[in-house]
Amino acid sequence: MNDFVLGHYNYWMFIGLMMIGFYAMMAKKNLIKKIIGMNIFQSAIILFYISTSAKRGGVSVPILEHAAGGHGSHGVDVAHYANPLPHVLMLTAIVVMVATLGVAVAVTLLIYKRYKTIEEDEILMKIKEGSSAPKELVDVRSQKDSIKLRTNIEYRTRNVEL
Amino acid sequence: MFLQHPVLIVIIPLIAAVITPVLGLWKKVLCYYWVVFVLALTTLASIDTLFAVLRDGTIHYQLGGWPAPFGIELVIDHLNGMMLVLITGISFLVSIYSYRTVESELPGKIDFFYSIFLLQVTGFLGIVITGDLFNLYVFLEIAALAGYALIAIGEDGAPWACFRYIVMGTIGASFYLLGVGYIYISTGSLNMADVHILLQDLQGSKVMTAAVAFIITGLAVKMALFPLHLWLPDAYTKAPSASSALIAPLMTKISLYVMIRILFGVFGTSWSIGMIPLTEILAWAGVIAIFGGAIMALAQTDFKRLLCYVVVAEVGYIVGGMGLANEPGMKGAILHILNDAVMTVGLFTVAGIIMHRAKSHKLSDLKDLFPKMPLTMTALVIIGLSIIGVPPTCGFFSKWYLIQGAVQAGQWAFVVALLFSSLVSVILFFRIFEIGYGFKSEDHAHSHDSGSATAIQEAPLSMLLPTMAIAIAILIIGFYNQTIVSNLINLAVPKL
Repeated sequence: MNDFVLGHYNYWMFIGLMMIGFYAMMAKKNLIKKIIGMNIFQSAIILFYISTSAKRGGVSVPILEHAAGGHGSHGVDVAHYANPLPHVLMLTAIVVMVATLGVAVAVTLLIYKRYKTIEEDEILMKIKEGSSAPKELVDVRSQKDSIKLRTNIEYRTRNVEL
Repeated sequence: MFLQHPVLIVIIPLIAAVITPVLGLWKKVLCYYWVVFVLALTTLASIDTLFAVLRDGTIHYQLGGWPAPFGIELVIDHLNGMMLVLITGISFLVSIYSYRTVESELPGKIDFFYSIFLLQVTGFLGIVITGDLFNLYVFLEIAALAGYALIAIGEDGAPWACFRYIVMGTIGASFYLLGVGYIYISTGSLNMADVHILLQDLQGSKVMTAAVAFIITGLAVKMALFPLHLWLPDAYTKAPSASSALIAPLMTKISLYVMIRILFGVFGTSWSIGMIPLTEILAWAGVIAIFGGAIMALAQTDFKRLLCYVVVAEVGYIVGGMGLANEPGMKGAILHILNDAVMTVGLFTVAGIIMHRAKSHKLSDLKDLFPKMPLTMTALVIIGLSIIGVPPTCGFFSKWYLIQGAVQAGQWAFVVALLFSSLVSVILFFRIFEIGYGFKSEDHAHSHDSGSATAIQEAPLSMLLPTMAIAIAILIIGFYNQTIVSNLINLAVPKL
């Protein structure tokens, strides 16, 4: 039992982190907190990959000094080097993560410009109001807000172009 | 010596996507012609590749000359050869179709729209063409990110729908990545063919069962399998017409392709059918998806939203066909990927035309459209009949194979679901036809006619031609279905 928990502590860490992120994504009402949760979720998977490449006892980065010799085997003992492949894969995954973060934040900005809030329940309330409000009411409001709306549209354009 | 086609198929749209905004600086219209030209080129390359596959068998292309298990490999066999032609063909038609809608719905953003449009196509093509599990993840995210951008610029409410899609989509992609991580730890390889060989020694491994579970759940989110479909209707309804015409038919079908590839190409039949009752689960998931999608579609009052639920039900057909795990079932599933992509793109192009002319996609605003735009509505009738499954159209044949497979597998619930869904489609589409012909509300028709309705006329040629081409393609696939099945689909079916 001890071995099951302590021997695999890196996996337990990543499961814990992943669940924290998952909880934040599902339960938090604030969109930015959701995005942070999403990032924790993705980071957990990245840490999982990285932890699998680690080795104990005198390992180093795989820079092969004798590799230029051109022989099939360089006398390299794999046990002396950390596995480079997960690191390389995760570099790509981090790029993907950053891009997702960027898109998510940009979309949140659009939502904020439109609804003036980033709380999920308030947005849902406003959407409901918008669809069920009587027509005259909507018309009056739209006249009053027409200038504001126009600037919103300009902001939206700029955001997407960014 | 084979040409560089496989890599060109991905690289042409990728580089063109970067060039598009630069062209836009000079003249915005140029972007449109550029995109049509680029996609025509890609379509030709992929058709040529498909013929090469039909002639010589599977093509392996090693990127940078690195041999297969170490380098990234592009593999094209019959299944993804078909998918390549499907993707490039549909995106080519949508690119021709898109100009008017982009002009009217997204004024001033033409250049950026087309840039993202090409990135989206790049992502789709990359997912299909690659033979490497991690590479597939990267392309999956390229397609998803481009898709988020294309959806978020839509009408009011699109950003919120898009945000939900981002959260769900990221969970799906992360699950896929995690599953690939488990596979990598256990086998030490990421190349699909290599993993397939290495996995044979790992029969019964719990880690691999977890990997399958993560990958299938992740892909189920991406393909909007019924209980996980919640992001789809909002996102595709609110997206601009051109975006939904591109993404709605392709994103779901490509996720289904990936599922077939992972289950039968990477894990292999002995794993997917022998070790875990996965096929049983998929068959039932398909049944639930068909019932769920069909019943939800009945409740809709919005044309585009109704189409979204039709897509959800159609995903159920294909997942269920995979779950039957016999030859006619798989044949039906793969043929239905082809047919359904063509039918769905047709439906969404018609919805885009109605949006363009009537400025609405409410069902009630379809009233009296038949006399005003006869050709468009004729196309809608052909596509609708195909969704229902009336014989000369292509939709009939894939349903026929699916039912044959279900009977052979003794999966009667699936047979019932298929017939139920066909009946619901009859109700759905004949209701639309009825509204379109204006049989119902004769008395109201006169009072409203004088106003905005008179302005509605037949669609512009650039939108009409692709829509008609899709409708004709449905008939052609129906007529030549025997040729397609025996020369292409039979060879694409994985060994069971």
